[in-house]
Amino acid sequence: MASPTPAPSMSIWKPDVIVIGGGLHGCSAALHLSMRGVRVLVLEKDHVARHASGVNAGGVRQLGRDVAEVPLTVASMALWHRIGELVDDDCGFESHGQLKVAENEAELAGLEARAAALRALGFHHEEVIGQAELRDLVPAIAGHCVGALVSRGDGAAIPFRTTFAFRRKAIALGARFEEGAGVARVVRVGDVWSVETTGGDRHEAPILVNCAGAWADRIAAQLGEPAPLEVIAPMLMITARVPPFIKPVVGASGRTLSFKQFPNGTVLIGGGLLGRAVRDENRTELDFSQVSVNARTVWDLFPVMRGATIVRSWAGIEARMPDQIPVIGPSGTQPGVFHAFGFSAHGFQLGPIVGRITADLITRGGTDLPIQPFHIGRFAA
Amino acid sequence: MSGHDFDLAVIGSGPAGLAAAALAASRGLSTVLLDEQPEAGGQIYRAITETPVRDRHVLGPDYWHGAELLGPLRDSGAAHWPGTTVWSVARPREDGADGGRTLQIGLSRNGTAAMLTVRHVLMATGALERPFPIPGWTLPGVLGAGAAQILLKSSGLVPSGRTVLAGTGPLLWLLAWQYLRAGAALDAILDTTPRGNWRAALPLLPAFLRSPYLGKGAKLLLEVRRKVKVIDGVTDLRAEGEGKLSAIVYRQGDGAEQRLAADTLLLHQGVVPNLNLANATGCAQNWDETQRCWRPTTDDWGATSVEGVSLAGDGAGIGGALAAEHAGRVAALDVLHRLGRIDRAERDRAAVPHREALERALRGRAFLDTLYRPADIFRAPADDTIVCRCEEVTAGAVREAVRLGCSGPNQAKSFLRCGMGPCQGRLCGPTVTEVIAAERGVSPAEVGYYRLRPPVKPITLAELAALPKSAADIAAVDKH
Repeated sequence: MASPTPAPSMSIWKPDVIVIGGGLHGCSAALHLSMRGVRVLVLEKDHVARHASGVNAGGVRQLGRDVAEVPLTVASMALWHRIGELVDDDCGFESHGQLKVAENEAELAGLEARAAALRALGFHHEEVIGQAELRDLVPAIAGHCVGALVSRGDGAAIPFRTTFAFRRKAIALGARFEEGAGVARVVRVGDVWSVETTGGDRHEAPILVNCAGAWADRIAAQLGEPAPLEVIAPMLMITARVPPFIKPVVGASGRTLSFKQFPNGTVLIGGGLLGRAVRDENRTELDFSQVSVNARTVWDLFPVMRGATIVRSWAGIEARMPDQIPVIGPSGTQPGVFHAFGFSAHGFQLGPIVGRITADLITRGGTDLPIQPFHIGRFAA
Repeated sequence: MSGHDFDLAVIGSGPAGLAAAALAASRGLSTVLLDEQPEAGGQIYRAITETPVRDRHVLGPDYWHGAELLGPLRDSGAAHWPGTTVWSVARPREDGADGGRTLQIGLSRNGTAAMLTVRHVLMATGALERPFPIPGWTLPGVLGAGAAQILLKSSGLVPSGRTVLAGTGPLLWLLAWQYLRAGAALDAILDTTPRGNWRAALPLLPAFLRSPYLGKGAKLLLEVRRKVKVIDGVTDLRAEGEGKLSAIVYRQGDGAEQRLAADTLLLHQGVVPNLNLANATGCAQNWDETQRCWRPTTDDWGATSVEGVSLAGDGAGIGGALAAEHAGRVAALDVLHRLGRIDRAERDRAAVPHREALERALRGRAFLDTLYRPADIFRAPADDTIVCRCEEVTAGAVREAVRLGCSGPNQAKSFLRCGMGPCQGRLCGPTVTEVIAAERGVSPAEVGYYRLRPPVKPITLAELAALPKSAADIAAVDKH
């Protein structure tokens, strides 16, 4: 067939898979596919880790997840504990556990019930601890806290560094990344997908992976399947350095909180309170009435923090699904399309495993993990 | 209660803010002037009412001109809230009860945070010293000339011991002159102005010759040169010492290294717009190649890309104190028009004398910008030099991040934490931009600048936890 003479490198290299979205999930899919010799092209509309993947709280948490996610989170945790072997970088991962504190007996009873429910399913990573052990683990916790649910293998990592490490390793194994390449149009041409970028380039591959996060519904819409995601902007704030006083990541059972101290002494305060997201402008606006709710929670739970100074606050842009669990798995309408998006503000820990699941689906036609609850078909009319 | 507390909030009480607030209030806008310092004046007229330096010859007539801006402010009826730190400007979730568009200002006063609702914000946030990263600049005993000048103005303090000034730009010479007048001894001035700058600046000389700077500047320069040893053409500079500064090592041209014993080194290489608040508010900004800095994008009237937010003075691009004053009045007239107090024709007519004065004040600026453009090596230093002081990130680390694929300051920030400390990039932003641009071989315009976030100035958790405060709370704060 006659064709214009393309640049030499392009004439040889054609991707097997196009991944849309250079967040952690897109990079993880690219890495796992590249490890199996699959040629991957990642198209990222901004730059890698520009949004939620680069600016989230960095919690690596099994604790308190929807039961549908538990098998995945446990499998992902195993990868996190050997993350250096996977991506040649420790990603700043430290494991000092995560806990969710109870401020009264009723909340503690709720935590007991949760732990029992997980045990009944065969999972033992969440345990209830009493006031004495809570004091041992978190000496700075306010006196009124009566206990906590703890997941000892949990921890935290540095989000941008992690996503970047996945990208670097994927590139080292042959994946290609195009940044500043938004996807304008996706069409099926014969037995391949043709992806047209906002810059006017066209790429073709038999397989398409949609990891477009807060923009994934627009890709899904072109495939004729609804993805009723909500675009959200969870807010975080960070303090100036204070002397080290806490190792685990702490949440609360009765209110929204994610609280952790970095090795450099700064303290990150988050927990999912929302600002405003303007996704077409890549912009978020903070809502200080909500930020102040978060500050009051910290005031109550960590008296030692009352004099701390807040130096910065921010919000990333994420997708939240109506049922708060992600979309993972094959398209419900199209051949050769797989989704991984809508992690609803808790996708960071799942990054390593979901990339592997996507690679399994593409290279082996299936996965050992139970992903049926995450099928996009649940939103079909 | 109406949907807002004031028609206009002016942020910053330097020349632009003082002039703008006085004009807006005198023409009937309810106006509040917010400023961090305990008294009006900004940096240029710092401590103008209270300075212990009563001998007017020391700080000079340009400084004392600031006092003339205070009377009109007092007479205008504008509320003046000194000691007030603004940490955020944003559109509220819902617009005012009367349907008008409003802006919400997050501020701290006397240890209490509050939200203030206004119809328009005029930022007069002034300038910051351009960072001057050299090896050893974090040693005690090394400080910015601007900081030293503030000590002189507000406390009458001059350095004791062996003192050296180094760098380039008008402020360096002004400070030297003020020190001499105050009776301080200067051991040397190390002039880092690149010798090639003269050639580039020469075509711009005619305009400068008609500028108000010429006479004053020349006199001041000659007086300093007569009394202080000036070492020209310094191309390499570092500070040394164990725990504190003890020596300055420099080279003149491509000559051998020289060593000067010193207790204080004052560094200066010009000023850049203090754009943190505008940036965090979402105002578009553009790279100014002549001034080698980012500036918020404004129209002829100081209006930014964000509706209801204007900028005047050095915060919108360096023009100096006199230009700032006139630009403040021009911007205030536009606010009067936007808020329906005057029609367009009246605005245009009233602006004519201020525009003429502004143009006079800016004459010769391009010559100064070109002549005093800092050398490449002092804008994008060698690998071992710290660029981000808060997080101790070196220029080499930034270059390594670029090689790993970080294409701009925001990726470098996420990767290295540079710009994440309490100063929010004030001390490293320009340098990180320049280092990345040079490493990639592109213009800083292409690599961009930090996306900054509120709080633009640190606030305590206690203050945040006590939000939201009502307008009544704010008024109560005001009465204290």
